[in-house]
Amino acid sequence: MTSFRVNGRDHTLDIDPDTPLLWALRDELRLTGTKFGCGIAQCGACTVMLDGMPRRSCVTPISMAEGREVTTIEGMEGPEITAIRAAWTAIDVPQCGWCQSGQIMSATALLQMVPSPSDKDIDHAMAGNICRCATYLRIRQAIHDAAKTLEG
Amino acid sequence: MAMETSRRGFLAAGAGLTLGLMLPLGRGRAQMTVAGPFAPNAFIRIGTDDVVTVLVKHLEMGQGPYTGLATLVAEELDADWSQMRAEGAPANDQLYANLAFGAQGTGGSTAIANSYMQMRKAGAAVRTMLVAAAAQEWGVPASEISVKAGIVAHAASGKSSGFGALTQAAAAQPVPEDPPVKDPKDFVLIGKDRPKLDTPGKTDGSAQFAMDIYRDAMLTVVVAHPMKFGAKVASFDDKAALAVPGVEMVRQISSGVAVYGQNTYAALKGRDALSVTWDESAAETRSSAELFEAFVQAAAAGGVPVEEQGDVATLSGAAKVIEAEYRFPYLAHAPMEPLDAVIELKSGKAELWYGCQFPAFDRPTVAGTLGLPVEDVRINVLLAGGSFGRRAQGSAHLAAEAAEIAKAAGRDGAFKLVWTREDDIRGGYYRPMTLHRFRAGLDDSGKIIAWENTVVNQSIMAGTPMEAMLKGGPDNTSFEGSTGLPYQFGARRIVWARMESPVSVLWWRSVGHTHTAYAVETFLDEVLEAAGKDPVAGRLELLPAEATRERGVIEKVAEISGWTGPTRDGKGYGIAYAKSFDTYVAQVAEVEDQGGAPRVTRVWCAVDCGVAVNPNVIRAQMEGGIGYGLGTALHNHITLAPGGEVEQSNFHDYPMLRISEMPAVEVAIIESAADPTGVGEPGLPPLAPAVANAWRAISGESRHVLPFGGAMS
Repeated sequence: MTSFRVNGRDHTLDIDPDTPLLWALRDELRLTGTKFGCGIAQCGACTVMLDGMPRRSCVTPISMAEGREVTTIEGMEGPEITAIRAAWTAIDVPQCGWCQSGQIMSATALLQMVPSPSDKDIDHAMAGNICRCATYLRIRQAIHDAAKTLEG
Repeated sequence: MAMETSRRGFLAAGAGLTLGLMLPLGRGRAQMTVAGPFAPNAFIRIGTDDVVTVLVKHLEMGQGPYTGLATLVAEELDADWSQMRAEGAPANDQLYANLAFGAQGTGGSTAIANSYMQMRKAGAAVRTMLVAAAAQEWGVPASEISVKAGIVAHAASGKSSGFGALTQAAAAQPVPEDPPVKDPKDFVLIGKDRPKLDTPGKTDGSAQFAMDIYRDAMLTVVVAHPMKFGAKVASFDDKAALAVPGVEMVRQISSGVAVYGQNTYAALKGRDALSVTWDESAAETRSSAELFEAFVQAAAAGGVPVEEQGDVATLSGAAKVIEAEYRFPYLAHAPMEPLDAVIELKSGKAELWYGCQFPAFDRPTVAGTLGLPVEDVRINVLLAGGSFGRRAQGSAHLAAEAAEIAKAAGRDGAFKLVWTREDDIRGGYYRPMTLHRFRAGLDDSGKIIAWENTVVNQSIMAGTPMEAMLKGGPDNTSFEGSTGLPYQFGARRIVWARMESPVSVLWWRSVGHTHTAYAVETFLDEVLEAAGKDPVAGRLELLPAEATRERGVIEKVAEISGWTGPTRDGKGYGIAYAKSFDTYVAQVAEVEDQGGAPRVTRVWCAVDCGVAVNPNVIRAQMEGGIGYGLGTALHNHITLAPGGEVEQSNFHDYPMLRISEMPAVEVAIIESAADPTGVGEPGLPPLAPAVANAWRAISGESRHVLPFGGAMS
């Protein structure tokens, strides 16, 4: 039995404690915005927040989430995600869209920590998120745009 | 993907270009059910809430057809963009054929090109019906009614209405057979940036892909595939797999051994515990190095001439002869969403949900595997998390595997087939490994008098259901881009030598152009240098007077990049040009030397794709093609070890371009009134040769083997 909070709700799952958080979120809780891309923490498509910090859910066993707070793309709230979504939409960042939940989670975490990131900050924070459609230019632009919005 | 050969083949197969061009109305009056929306034709649904939904016959995999086809409809319907929605049309060759193929499928960058008039006429027909309905309801002449931004209005009487309130009356109107469409000068939406319809769902996690589908009591299935191409299951032991909690069954299918789990993790653990013995008697056991040896021998032996002009025997009298050999590796497409599909069997019918790119092949394959009539197979076409050619399978192997796991279960039920990244990287269907040989001759004045190019690789279409389309002739997808060049070379001779291997190959974003553009445009650069000519001026000199669109993109990219030559301030600048899928693209890359390796800092791109339906999508596809091409040229190869096993498995050893490597991109779209052509693939071919040319300018090093970052094993 593993108990943890997901997007503000308590859940107890009676499944193999080694189950990656990714598959628990998807198969058990049907939170499908978190995506499978590689299974070895190389692409970032599965990024969620664990106690507010970005984490690759594909290599995180649910036992590690015991008693902790998980936030997925579906449960994100606050000024940073609002600004990020608006910026993403304004310049149509996504192409195929598969990696974008993970990109948005990483970008939001960046803005929470660094309100006005430099290009280097963006390179560093987003290095673990692959986009096969290569929407990188727009990701960078949208992060800068969102940061400006938050400055007011 | 796709190419002239297949297009001709499809058309010759007779499914009917002219029939397809007509709206599939044909039943006199539009039908309307009491509860349903107004459904005047196969493509358009209008609800009483004014929402216009376009059923898009092309797979949305990031390249933009949801937005593009909806734009074409909205333009002629005079709808407001905010009322437009798009969803994937189900598998149905009669209603949703690609008019370039004569059957339903997405590829060859044809979505906008083949839909341009069809979707506009569909929109225009419905506009006519809405106007007729308003005229009838208001008792005014139809000619006095205007439609603008989703409002139908009669100025003299002051009456106006949205579309929704008119749908019931519109459904009773005759469907116009050949409604007039707008003069392009009257376009309101076409040619302007508009927000993409699929963006919102891709920023909040709500967009639905195959892996996101959960049916009642569904089992998740992973398949143990052989490690060598051409190997088959000899025997297997499933005891340990079945002992894994949550594993429900294990079945042998034609592609391997399928493990059925109550959830994904159980299926994966079960597969890990499985023990399979493979029959490798027909497997490919050669390494990549050994394969290339065979390719070299084939090149020396010669192949079939696929393009000849003049007599290249003049080479023997040339003042200077330049030669080169190029080697290109196998490449995996690696879309972010690995292959996956959900299939449900219920009472003798099958329903599937996935990003289906070739319904024309997949639907009969599923029906055939399950022994069902085609009408009893429904394919719901969902969004796809990228494809780059990977989901466009002439073999329909994914659909076949999905049908086989359902059949092998021996009962009704729902099954989700999931490929892992390792399955994807090692799973074949690669861009064909290719060898190019060149000889070019210059006369005393530096003029190219002869050009000889031998291309050696496997055929993509032979050995698949598409082979019939080749009609015994050569497979154009193997060498397209080596042939059909606009340059005046004096004499030319292009030869293709076909290789065979159990390694499966497939079209990969821009198909033959992935290697031909690199080989041709880097070799040409070296030949021009030997002739003492500037890369831009030298190319322009080789173009005949009628090559105005070729000239247009080369001159434009030279202009926006401020071209002054191959070096400037310690940086290298390289140009390359390629026409693919009827779209003309030229790019200039700016490259720095970063510790002995190229770092690409900027790319300028000029594209001529006819009428620019949505410039925002065109720019995005050029950016994407550049990033995809760059990551591949820098990092990627699939190699076979001695014995035949693939040496790569996931993103740690098949690395993708990262954000820090993405150059700045500036795109110029040539203004044109020509019919629109595609943009999904054409942004890719010129990128790698432009980079290589720039790199050679600063390093003096010619790169004739890709990728830059790794030698072929």
